[in-house]
Amino acid sequence: MASASIPVYNSSNNPLENSSSHNASRESLKMELLADCSLLPGEERIIDKDIIYICPFSGALKGKVFITNYRLYFKSADADPAVTLDVPLGAIGRVEKMGGASSRGENSYGLDITCKDMRNLRFALKQEGHSRRDIFDILFKYAFPLSHGLLLFAYLSQEKFEENGWSVYKPMEEFRRQGLPNDKWRVTFINANYELCDTYPTILVVPFKATEEDLRKVCTFRSRGRIPVLSWIHRENQAVICRCSQPLVGMSGKRNKDDERYLDLIREANGTAKLTIYDARPSVNAVANKATGGGYEGDDAYQNAELVFLDIHNIHVMRESLKKLKDIVYPNVEESHWLSSLESTHWLEHIKLVISGAIQVADKISGGNSVVVHCSDGWDRTAQLTSLAMLMLDSHYRTLRGFQVLLEKEWISFGHKFANRIGHGDKNHADQDRSPIFVQFIDCVWQMTKQFPTAFEFNERLLVTILDHLFSCRFGTFLFNCESARDTNELRSKTVSLWSLVNSDLSFYQNPFYTPESNRVLYPVASMRHLELWVTYYIRWNPRIRQQSTMGLFTVHHGSLHSPPWVSSQSTMGLFTVPMGLFTVPMSNAQYYTET
Amino acid sequence: MIIHCKDLRVFQFSLSFSKEEDAKKIFQGIVHHCLEPKSLRCLFAFSYCENTSYPEVQRKKQTVMFDSVEDWIQDMKRTKGNCRVVSENSNFELSPKLPQFFIVPSNVSDEDLTKYQGKGLPMWCWSHHSGCALFKTASIPLVQEDNVPQTYMEKMLTAVAHNHLYSVKTEDLSDTLPAVQDILLSYNKFKQFFLIDNTTEFWMSDMKWFSSLDNCGWLDIIRQCLQKAVEVVECLEKENTNVLIMEEGGSDLCCVVSSLVQLMLDPYYRTLLGFQSLVQKEWVAGGHAFLDRSNHLHLKDKAESQSPVFLLFLECVWQLQQQHGPAFQFSETYLTVLSDSVHVPVFTTFLFNNDSHRDNILRAESPHTQRSPLNCPTVWDWSVQFDCKAQDLFTNPLYSEKPKQDTSVRKSYRPKHLRQLSLPSSAFKTPPKKGFFKDEADNLKKILGVKRLSRWMLSPSSESPQTSSSVREFYEAWQTKPLDYHGLLLPCLDGPSIRVWMQRYLRWIHDVQILGGGPVAMLSKVSEILGEVQELQRQLDRHGCTLTSNHKGARPRAKTASVIAARSSVRLSSSFPFVTSRNWLFKPAIPTSLLQSLMVTGMAGNLADREDDGGGPESLV
Repeated sequence: MASASIPVYNSSNNPLENSSSHNASRESLKMELLADCSLLPGEERIIDKDIIYICPFSGALKGKVFITNYRLYFKSADADPAVTLDVPLGAIGRVEKMGGASSRGENSYGLDITCKDMRNLRFALKQEGHSRRDIFDILFKYAFPLSHGLLLFAYLSQEKFEENGWSVYKPMEEFRRQGLPNDKWRVTFINANYELCDTYPTILVVPFKATEEDLRKVCTFRSRGRIPVLSWIHRENQAVICRCSQPLVGMSGKRNKDDERYLDLIREANGTAKLTIYDARPSVNAVANKATGGGYEGDDAYQNAELVFLDIHNIHVMRESLKKLKDIVYPNVEESHWLSSLESTHWLEHIKLVISGAIQVADKISGGNSVVVHCSDGWDRTAQLTSLAMLMLDSHYRTLRGFQVLLEKEWISFGHKFANRIGHGDKNHADQDRSPIFVQFIDCVWQMTKQFPTAFEFNERLLVTILDHLFSCRFGTFLFNCESARDTNELRSKTVSLWSLVNSDLSFYQNPFYTPESNRVLYPVASMRHLELWVTYYIRWNPRIRQQSTMGLFTVHHGSLHSPPWVSSQSTMGLFTVPMGLFTVPMSNAQYYTET
Repeated sequence: MIIHCKDLRVFQFSLSFSKEEDAKKIFQGIVHHCLEPKSLRCLFAFSYCENTSYPEVQRKKQTVMFDSVEDWIQDMKRTKGNCRVVSENSNFELSPKLPQFFIVPSNVSDEDLTKYQGKGLPMWCWSHHSGCALFKTASIPLVQEDNVPQTYMEKMLTAVAHNHLYSVKTEDLSDTLPAVQDILLSYNKFKQFFLIDNTTEFWMSDMKWFSSLDNCGWLDIIRQCLQKAVEVVECLEKENTNVLIMEEGGSDLCCVVSSLVQLMLDPYYRTLLGFQSLVQKEWVAGGHAFLDRSNHLHLKDKAESQSPVFLLFLECVWQLQQQHGPAFQFSETYLTVLSDSVHVPVFTTFLFNNDSHRDNILRAESPHTQRSPLNCPTVWDWSVQFDCKAQDLFTNPLYSEKPKQDTSVRKSYRPKHLRQLSLPSSAFKTPPKKGFFKDEADNLKKILGVKRLSRWMLSPSSESPQTSSSVREFYEAWQTKPLDYHGLLLPCLDGPSIRVWMQRYLRWIHDVQILGGGPVAMLSKVSEILGEVQELQRQLDRHGCTLTSNHKGARPRAKTASVIAARSSVRLSSSFPFVTSRNWLFKPAIPTSLLQSLMVTGMAGNLADREDDGGGPESLV
C-alpha cells in the first residue's frame, strides 16, 4: 500500500456513520490507536485532557479529548459502547467559553463549539484552576490557523496516495472531449497571466470571430471582468452554455457595443434565432443592482436576446435558510409540525428554484438554443445553474471521474469563492461572505440522484465525503477563491487533492445500480412533492435517524436475492377501464357538472 | 364532465359533441350506478359471480382464511399460544357480531361467552414467544351505579392476566387515538391535494405543499397509530405482560393496532401470504365493518360510519416497509393495488361487515339455495385482476429471505432462539420465574388483578408524556442492536421518517412523473442484475459445479435476462403501472408561478435585497 496510513474516512464500511458520535466498537478500536499513535502523516498531537462531553443524545460523558493540528478527537471513558467524536478542526466555525469560574450548576463551565457541518459540541471542565484556558487557546489557534499566521493542515499533510487527484482535470482535454475547438469556437490564452480576469482560469473558449481585442473591450463592461465564455457545447446541435457576470449597465443604462456584438457572436455560432440570457436573480434584485453599477441586459440593447430571470436568492438568504434548518434538526428534530417547520426554513424551496432554473437551461440547450447564464458576479448561482444543467445534459459528468471534472471546472477553476464562502481557517465566524452555496449545489445533485437512482455512477457517500472535506482542510481541493490565488500559493505542488483519496478507492463510491446511458438528458421534477430533506446529511448526527442506505441493502443481502424478475406490467383490467366502485362520493355536487 | 375517482384519478370529458339527452344519460347512468343508494344485492359482485364460473381450485391456495377452527388452532400453535378455541359460534348462536371461530383466554367459561353479546370478551390476537399475548375486545360502556359490567370486565381481565404471569395492561384506543370520523375528515382533506386536474393548480399548490400536508393531519394520524403499536410491542416484548386493547366496537383501531403489532413482531406476517392471512385474521374474521366503512352502497344513513380505516392500516404498513424494505416480501405496488381493490365491489373480502353478515348474504344469494353458498372470489385471487406479469410486481426483489429455511412452508417452525436474537436487550427481560409465581398463584392473582385494574382506570392522558419518552427509549435500545430483518422491527417516528406514499398518491399526476427515474428505475436494474445472477448460476449448474446454495428455491429463469435487456432501453414512467414513455411528450415540467409565490418576506427581506459581496463591482470605479 502506498498510503502510509489508511485514511480514516476510508477505513470503515459505513462512512456516513464514521465520524458520528456513536461509533461501532470496531471503529473506536481503530481510532484509539489513531489517537494514541498513528495519526495522519503530518498530523501532530498538541494536547489531551480529561473532559466531559455533553452529548445531546446520551447526556454528559466523561472521557478524554485529544487535539492535533488536524482534528479534535474525543473518547468516552465509561460508556459502553464508547462514544467517540472525530471532528476535523476545519469543520469548526466558532469556539466560545461557556459559563464562568463562579457559574453554578453541573457542567456549566466549559466550551461551546459551533461546527460548519450541522452540529454543535459542548464540553464541560472542572471549574478550579482555569482548566479550560489552555485547551481554549489551543483550539482557537489551530481551528483558525490563518488568523494566527499558521498554515492550513493541507500544507502540513504528508499523505500519499496511489492516484494523483490533481491530474483529474485537464482543461484542454475536457474541451477536446466536447469537440472543441472547432470552426465556431476557439481556445484563447489571453488570461494566461490572469491579466484579463483574475478570477477566471487561464484557458478560455470564446467565439471564433471574437478577437483578443474584442475580449478586452467586453471585459470592461462585465463585472470583475468575467466575460461570457463557453462552459459546454452540445455535440449535435452545437448549442452552448456560456457563463459570465452581470453587465455594468448602471443607473444611466449604459450600453456597450462590443458586449452587444459579442453576445450576438455567441448566438450566431449555431444559428440560434434568439439567444436566451438567464439571469439567476429575482428581477427586483437585478434592477437594484443598477444602483451599484451593475444591472442586466436591456431589450433595446440586446435585440437578438431574450432575458429570463430565475428568481434565485442571494448568498445571505441561503445562509439564513440553512441556519434555520439547523435550528430545527439539531440537536433534536422538531417534533410538532415538522413539515411546517421545514417549510418555514425555505431550504427546499430554494433547492427547487435552483433545480428548475437548471432544467430551463438544459431544456433550451436540448432545443438547440444557446444560452448565457449569469447572476451578479457569476460565481455562485451561475456555477450552480451551469453545472446542474451540464449534469442533466451530459452523462459523462454523471460518472465518478466526470463529476470530479465538473466540480474542478465549473466551481474550482471558474472561481467560486470557496475560501470566502467557507471561511477556511478564519476565525471571523460572522463574516457576511460565508454562505452554503456549494452545499446547496451538492444537495441539488443528491436530489437528482434520488430521482434517478440508476443514472449516476457515484453514490451518496461521495457526496457526503465531498462535503466533509469541503470543510476539513485536509486536502487542497477546495482551498482559495480562484486559480490565480492557488498558483500564488503553490497549492497543487504542496497539498494533496481530495480526488487522490477518492480515486484510490473508487469502488467505495460506486453506485451498484448505475446503468450507463449516454446521450440521455435527465429532467428531474422540481416539485416539492419530490424534493426531500437530505436526512442522511443534515440529520446524520442524530442516532435516532438511521436511514436505510440502498447501497447497504444491496451489499448486505445480495447473497439471498430472490424473486421473480421485473417485467412490464399491464393490468388485465387495463388502464382506462374504471370499475364503478372506484367512483367517489361527491363532496358537493359542484364537482359534477355537464357542459353542453 | 369531471370525474374524481377513489383511486385519485381525475377524468375530464367534454360533452360538447354529444347530444344533450345522451350527455344526460351518461351522467345519470354514472350517478345511478355509483353514487346512489342501493341494496347490497345490486352490487356488481353478485351479477359477476352468477355469470362467472369460478374455478374452485385456485381458491385458498395458500392464504389462511381463518374461516375454520383448524386455521385458528394452527395459528395459535404456530405462535405457541395456550388459549381456548371457541367454535360455539359457528352458526352465530352466541352473537352475530362475533366471528364464527375465535380464541379466548383459557379461563373464560362457557357462561362468560354469552354475556353482553360478545362485548368485553377478550379475543386472542397473537402470542409472544415469552407466553404473553395480545387480546382485543369491544369495550362495554360503563354505566355508573351498574356494577355488573364492571365485575364482568374485572373477571375478563383476570382471565387475560391468567394467560401469562398474571399481568395485564389495557389500553382503550377510543381515548388515545382519533375517532373514525376524524380519520375520515383528515383523509378527505388529504386526498384533495391529489385530485388535481390541471398544471396551473398543481404548481400553485406546490409552494405550500409541506404546510398543507401538515395541516390536514393525515401523517400525524399515521404516526399516532404506529406509536400506539410500538407501545403495545414494548409491553409484550420488554415487559412480557399480556395486553388487552379495546375500543367501542373493537373492530377498527383495534384491528389497525393489533395487525401492526403482529407485523412488527412476527416475520411471518411480512411475507406475502402471511400478510394476506393477517388481513383475513384481524380484519375479515375480526369483523371490521368493510361495507359500512367504505359505504359501497352509498346509503345516506351510513355516510357517518364511512371511514378509511383499512387504508390507514395500509399507510402504516407502507411506512414500515419504507423504513425496512428488505424485511417485507411484498412490494409497495402490492399495497397500492390492495388499497384500490377495497373499492372494487367484486371481492367477498371487502363486501361485508362481519362473518355472519357474509354468511347470510352469500347463502341467500346463492342460485342453488339448498346447496353451497354463493362462490365469490376473494381479493387474494389476484389473477382476477392481474395477469402473471403484473403480479410479479407484487413481490419485493430485495426481500431478504430467511436463509436455510424454506419460507414456502407456511407453518414452518421457528426456533425460539432465532427470534430472541432480536430482543432489544436481554437484560430488560423479566426472568421467567414461573415456578415462583405458581406457588403463590392464588394470592398473587388477586393482588395483581386489582392493582392492574386500578391502573387501567387511570385516565390515559395523564400517562401519555411518560409513555412517549419510554417508547423513545425502547426504540433507541432496539436501534443499538444489529438489525435483524427476521426479528423485531420498529418504525422511526420522527418527523422526517413519516412520509407521503408517493406511489399511491402521485401516480396520476402527470407533472410529477419522473421519466426514466423513480424507484422503478432501480427495481428494474435490480431485476436485471438478478437475471444475470440466475443466468450465471444456471451456467454453473450446467457445468456441474453445484453450489452449496442456500436458495435452491430460486430457480433460474432462462429468459429473464433477455426480457429485461430488451426493456432496459425503454424509459419507464415512475408511476405504477409504469407505462413505457415512448408516446410521452419528452419535455420537462417547468414549475410555473414561481414569481408570485416568492416568499422571502419580513426580516429576510432586507437580506434578499443585498449584494452578494459587499460593495458594488470594483470595475465600476
